[in-house]
Amino acid sequence: MEHDVSYVRTEMVNAQAAPASERGVVKWLRENLVATPMDAILTIISIALLVYFLPSALRWLFIDAQWSGSDRSFCATVAQGGAQPDGWSGACWAFVKAKYEQFLFGRYTISERWRVVLVGAMFVALFVPLLIPRAPYKLANAFLLFVVLPIVSFFLLVGGYFGLPRVETQLWGGLMVTLVLSFVAIAVSLPLGILLALGRRSDMPVIKMFSVIFIETVRGVPLVTVLFMASVMLPLFLPAGVTFDKFLRALIGVALFAAAYMAEVVRGGLQAIPKGQYEGADSLGLSYWQKTGLIVLPQALKLVIPGIVNTFIGIFKDTSLVYIIGMFDLLGIIRQNFADATWATAQTPMTGLIFAGFVFWVFCFGMSRYSIYMERRLDTGYRR
Amino acid sequence: MNKTVKVVLGVAALGFAASTASAATLDDVKAKGFVQCGVNTALAGFSAPDDKGDWKGLDVDLCRAVAAAVFGDATKVKFTPTNAKERFTALQSGEIDLLSRNTTWTLSRDTSLGFNFAGVNYYDGQGFMINAKKLPGVNSALQLSGASVCVQSGTTTELNLADYFKANNLEYNPVVFEKLEEVNAAYDAGRCDAYTTDQSGLYSIRLTLAAPDDHIVLPEIISKEPLGPAVRQGDDQWFDIVKWSLYAMVLAEEYGITQANVDEMKNSPNPDIKRILGTEADSKLGTDLGLSNDWVVNIIKAVGNYGESFERNVGQGSPLKIARGLNALWTKGGLQYAMPIR
Repeated sequence: MEHDVSYVRTEMVNAQAAPASERGVVKWLRENLVATPMDAILTIISIALLVYFLPSALRWLFIDAQWSGSDRSFCATVAQGGAQPDGWSGACWAFVKAKYEQFLFGRYTISERWRVVLVGAMFVALFVPLLIPRAPYKLANAFLLFVVLPIVSFFLLVGGYFGLPRVETQLWGGLMVTLVLSFVAIAVSLPLGILLALGRRSDMPVIKMFSVIFIETVRGVPLVTVLFMASVMLPLFLPAGVTFDKFLRALIGVALFAAAYMAEVVRGGLQAIPKGQYEGADSLGLSYWQKTGLIVLPQALKLVIPGIVNTFIGIFKDTSLVYIIGMFDLLGIIRQNFADATWATAQTPMTGLIFAGFVFWVFCFGMSRYSIYMERRLDTGYRR
Repeated sequence: MNKTVKVVLGVAALGFAASTASAATLDDVKAKGFVQCGVNTALAGFSAPDDKGDWKGLDVDLCRAVAAAVFGDATKVKFTPTNAKERFTALQSGEIDLLSRNTTWTLSRDTSLGFNFAGVNYYDGQGFMINAKKLPGVNSALQLSGASVCVQSGTTTELNLADYFKANNLEYNPVVFEKLEEVNAAYDAGRCDAYTTDQSGLYSIRLTLAAPDDHIVLPEIISKEPLGPAVRQGDDQWFDIVKWSLYAMVLAEEYGITQANVDEMKNSPNPDIKRILGTEADSKLGTDLGLSNDWVVNIIKAVGNYGESFERNVGQGSPLKIARGLNALWTKGGLQYAMPIR
């Protein structure tokens, strides 16, 4: 008997599956939904709310919704002068379907809309590679996106040159206005904001004063007021016949505003950099711009990514304020179309607003997810 | 409109109206090749975009009529959507040539703002709508004592409401909202007993209610809102063109000239019709205005007569189905009375 030491096993016991309560769905449920009595109560309340609201919301949004039609009768009940049975209530997607081109382009001349589509395609083609860290030629790409594209877009969208008919900004509207305004505001506000933030921390009194005055004045006045002044008062002080393009007014107003807010966000990042970094850079003999560009800003901007994206999202949504000066962004043109008597029903406004909310959400959520991705990627030094 | 804004605008207008209003608008318009017309950003039946984004409405038709009169081509018009606050500046500063934006003709606008109103293309007035199921037996606004009334804030509507209830010694409870959709939703949800705004607005709002047939518009009109096109003071020729374009539409209805029969009507022996359509021998009526002699023909071909425009945009041909009422011709018991073209 070679194996008389009976308590030593020669073969391994086969690995057993974890207990049922410690794996898979059950574990997840236990840990996340019913870990404590408080959690259990919250879970029950949440489920109850979902059960209460979700079915009726889904019914309204999809099942009972009207997907096609040519006028209000498709989205109104018999009592309301339409074709639906009494008591019907559902989203009127037919309204969005009939108007979606207007929601995209506003009143942009129909035969010229390919120009907007072309600009949009060029933007996507240049913007997407810039977002992907592995894509090559970042510098050339950024140059094309931020310098060449705006110039080309200007000629394409406005027209009047190279045989393209002119399309006044008065006719622009919808998502196109929202995107052009927010792209310009975002692209201008970041560099301008950084300069203002540096200016505010500068030792040179004139630059410092200018930055402080600009930031505090612009931040101290509501955007609505500035737009209102620009559209109602400004024309009265200009000589007869001289009019500033409304869209340009809005563009300048929104961009300067965004820059002032951005400056303060960036300043927060600058202040968080320890003095040793500045002194270290100085002792290496770096010039001011080398120090700023190589040592300070890369660290400072990384710290304030959430704040920067927060401002971007704010700008994106603020563009709706241009309705004050009689321009129509996505929300504006949707609300304007509520006045079309052909489509006036009880369901139309709700449907339109949900559609607007959804489009805004898609863009803002996209920005937010990308910023989280960037933060994780750049979080190389230290985790907090 | 906000009082302070009004004062500021008024003061500003005093200083600037003189400098901006002297140029001959007709020459400017002809030089640039189109009429720049200020319209409402969105008002059902008066100026609203259709599915293609083209402007449609009673006020819009007037802009097209003026373009047709000047150029013989109703498409030579560009629209500037203006909101209640910026409409006056837009006209004063010369940004637009003509304001056709359901603007009430009042003395202060005629004088201190420096405008001339070229007529009335819609006689409106503030009214009430109630839910007849909820308030059975109510058929007059005087029975609304103690009622809660939904109203949009910051408009003259709110002030008229207060005046009316005070003058009649009635109690009421205003339920005020900033945005039109909010007022509509609140009223539809039964948060208030009555809804007040201009009557033309009540009809379009009724379309958006869950059960339109339950709601009735009460007969009382508590304010006069004569809505009409306005131009800058100090350019009588342009003022005349706008004024007579509107009159021409009304007269055409009076004489039975329609979009369909205008070409036949040119052969009519009726001297009135001949004068209107400029077919009278050596007629100078159109050229005296600075236009061509077939200016009325162009207007009618483009937008039809006043009655056609009315029915198409706000009347039986539209979802609004507003009755002619005060806007019927004077011969049919209404107030639309055009001066003779002769």
